[in-house]
Amino acid sequence: MTDQVSQDILTKIEFDDEGFMTDPGAWTPEIASAIAAREGISLTERHWIVINFNREEFEANGEAPTLRRITKNTEVDTKEIYSLFPGGPAKMAAKISGLGKPTGCI
Amino acid sequence: MTNGNRKLCLIASKGSLDMAYPPLILANSARMGGIEVDLFFTFWGLDIITKKKMKKLNVATVGNPNMHPWFHIPTLLGALPGMSAAASWMMRREIDKLDFPPVDEFIQTIIDSGAKVYGCKMSMDMMGLTQEDLVEGAEILGAMEMLDLADGAQVVFV
Repeated sequence: MTDQVSQDILTKIEFDDEGFMTDPGAWTPEIASAIAAREGISLTERHWIVINFNREEFEANGEAPTLRRITKNTEVDTKEIYSLFPGGPAKMAAKISGLGKPTGCI
Repeated sequence: MTNGNRKLCLIASKGSLDMAYPPLILANSARMGGIEVDLFFTFWGLDIITKKKMKKLNVATVGNPNMHPWFHIPTLLGALPGMSAAASWMMRREIDKLDFPPVDEFIQTIIDSGAKVYGCKMSMDMMGLTQEDLVEGAEILGAMEMLDLADGAQVVFV
């Protein structure tokens, strides 16, 4: 029942109406797995490449990177990022990385 | 928020550099947010997915009232040789500054994102274009079939 356990972590976390964490500083890798599970995604090594890049960029620049920045700077390309995060990779990757809703258009 | 079955159908009918970006940006944003996208290129819009032209789209410097932020030039001067090339160069530079991809790369990203890209059959016949002239991944479609695809979608004409 790992799903059940991981969902419990989320009860202590605040989310906005669309499911984005309101405090990116409260994020942990365990929370990422729980959010992903809630969204129906089981995280693999490839997901973590994107999530770790998101977190690094956020810590360096204070905002989530654009998809273009992710695909230009990691080994995950456009096709792969869409298959890793179905239902919209920009929103989904930011959500799982504990970041706010992305506003960029590339 | 889930986008459920939300679907966007974009019709790109203009092939100048400044008019190529709006439908591409909309298409890309929609895909990033999980919205299904069909992009239909018709008339001059076909240049955007024509291999020989997509890298060389230009900004018109005559009869284009929309270019003030980049280039303040009176219409008469805009007709001088090199003006359109200069304006296009400036726009490409601005686009690059924003880290937006050039048109050919943008189209590839959009195709890779799972959007469907179509060339209008009638326009292609008119311009003597065939499948080989279009970027890989593009399909050819008649207007009637496009309208079938657009059933239930939000349609945007550019």
